[in-house]
Amino acid sequence: MMIVVFVESWNNQFKKASFEAVSYARSWANTAGCGVRAITSASAENANQLAQYGADEIATLELAKTGAGIGAQLAGLLGDAQGVVVAGTAMGKIIAPTLAALSNGALSTNTTNTPTSTNPVIVERGAFSSKGIETISLNNGLPIISFVPNAIGIKEEVGAGAMSTAESERSDMLNVDEVSVASGKVALPEAEIVVSAGRGLKGPENWGMIEELADVLGAATACSKPVSDIGWRPHSEHVGQTGIQVNPNLYIAIGISGAIQHLAGVSASKTIVAINTDPEAPFFKAADYGIVGDAFEVIPQLIEELRAFKAAN
Amino acid sequence: MNILVCISHVPDTTAKINFTADGSAFDPAGVQFVINPYDEFGLTKALHIKEAQGATITVLNVGGSETEPTLRKALAIGADQAIRINATPTDAITVAKSIKNHIQANAYDLIICGQESIDYNGQQVPAMVAAFLDLPFVNACVGLDINGGATAMAEIDGGHATYSCTLPMVVGGKKGLVEEKDLRIPNMRGIMTARTKPLTVEEGEGGGHTAAVSFARPAAKSAVKLVPADQVNELVRMLHEESKSI
Ligand SMILES: Cc1cc2nc3c(=O)[nH]c(=O)nc-3n(C[C@H](O)[C@H](O)[C@H](O)COP(=O)(O)OP(=O)(O)OC[C@H]3O[C@@H](n4cnc5c(N)ncnc54)[C@H](O)[C@@H]3O)c2cc1C
Ligand SMILES: Nc1ncnc2c1ncn2[C@@H]1O[C@H](COP(=O)(O)O)[C@@H](O)[C@H]1O
Repeated sequence: MMIVVFVESWNNQFKKASFEAVSYARSWANTAGCGVRAITSASAENANQLAQYGADEIATLELAKTGAGIGAQLAGLLGDAQGVVVAGTAMGKIIAPTLAALSNGALSTNTTNTPTSTNPVIVERGAFSSKGIETISLNNGLPIISFVPNAIGIKEEVGAGAMSTAESERSDMLNVDEVSVASGKVALPEAEIVVSAGRGLKGPENWGMIEELADVLGAATACSKPVSDIGWRPHSEHVGQTGIQVNPNLYIAIGISGAIQHLAGVSASKTIVAINTDPEAPFFKAADYGIVGDAFEVIPQLIEELRAFKAAN
Repeated sequence: MNILVCISHVPDTTAKINFTADGSAFDPAGVQFVINPYDEFGLTKALHIKEAQGATITVLNVGGSETEPTLRKALAIGADQAIRINATPTDAITVAKSIKNHIQANAYDLIICGQESIDYNGQQVPAMVAAFLDLPFVNACVGLDINGGATAMAEIDGGHATYSCTLPMVVGGKKGLVEEKDLRIPNMRGIMTARTKPLTVEEGEGGGHTAAVSFARPAAKSAVKLVPADQVNELVRMLHEESKSI
């Protein structure tokens, strides 16, 4: 029996969530007393590093271009799988339910811990936009887990790492006409630090200091909903209940009031800093650290202090 | 052109979420329910397509009779007819099977779902419906052009992708499909005509592959530590030494 983990790669590169997926599978396999089989389209020379995170078998193959196509391929490669792990990336969010439908499996998405029991599999997941934690039991069919990136982190643990190649027919129902990915930018759902700003910044011309702060911290940038609605920032930066939900180690909220819908998408962050002129701003109730002050004065100082800190550490 | 818009019935975004005393379930007492915000974008997109090129819009929910006011609201906004599939929406795969059965018995050119329901945050139903029916699927869809086939723009990690496909297709949509300002609220005439539009009840699938064991609230935060605005260095120190965030 094996825990099968799908390991996403981009242009033959793994992301942090890719290694975390293998760590997740290893942890589950240890509880279940079985091995880990990683499936990836990365080249064999590159894929062999997955053994450092606990893969016992590593199968490489050519994969379809879309999540639905990959999900359908995986459904044909399950073999003696006792469970399946997929990271909850944009692609993973398509692969996992596709696979669950085609294998008649039992799926938990938005999962935040590793299984506390393996027969049946029981895990926790975020529900009600971080206003609740649901404990769910995967009773009926192959258990499939899609976890929130950053939920458990990467752990090194050596696996046997036997390499093989797999064959499987590829088919996509979508033509991919164009893909544009901003290079050098940290993707929001996976970011360890998020710098986010709201209407308190007054206008799009003031985002220079936000980007600079993000740059110093190696952070992704985000914004409140009205900011993207007015067009100051792209929709893809909108976080909250109806935007992207994030769970970084550090979330810095600048000039954001802290409305319930905003908090619903960010309150799972491990540490929250709020910077706001209004001492009554609701964000201070959800934050760990706060500065009551004007962003236009505080942020340049913060950038300077962080530069000094980075230089010294 | 026949468009199906799948609508989930969810607590209002401002609702305080409570669980039953034994923690086994969500407690809907006192909670106002609304059309899932992601589905509002989908419904408005369907109206835009109807206005530009003609279409019949069917809205569908899998749930108990308590969801009918939400379907009536969708009719008041402009959908032509509503279907309620009478079943307890225990998990996504069960909901998706009911939706699949309905689609197989009716001919739709376009099936619009939301990317996610804001109650259980599944992000599962649309991909499952597409997989069951072997139809093209675009998730996180932020732009859609129907032109005999379809061209769809989607958010992917770190950027965007543009896809094209034949119809029928399934979309998991979000803001961008239409803009916030395009969203419509029902007017008096819409509310009056909604009363006479058909709302048909069909029977759905039972069962379920997963089960909620219990629910809890996230641990409460301790009080915020305020740092004076002229001691930003102190914040940097705390983030390094106390919270180990940097
Ligand atoms: C159905 C629905 C869904 C929603 N979903 C979301 C969502 O997903 N995400 C989201 O963000 N919102 C969402 N909202 C909107 C939400 O209710 C708030 O309106 C929104 O979050 C407010 O954005 P803001 O904090 O940027 O702006 P404001 O509420 O205008 O707050 C600006 C803040 O900046 C502070 N400020 C002003 N000047 C300065 C300065 N110089 N320095 C520092 N601080 C300053 C002010 O004190 C204030 O607190 C939703 C609303 C609805 C109805
Ligand atoms: N009970 C339901 N009835 C109708 N549509 C649903 C239901 N549950 C989910 N959907 C559709 O699937 C989308 C994603 O929901 P989910 O997979 O639950 O996050 C929603 O935006 C709806 O379009």
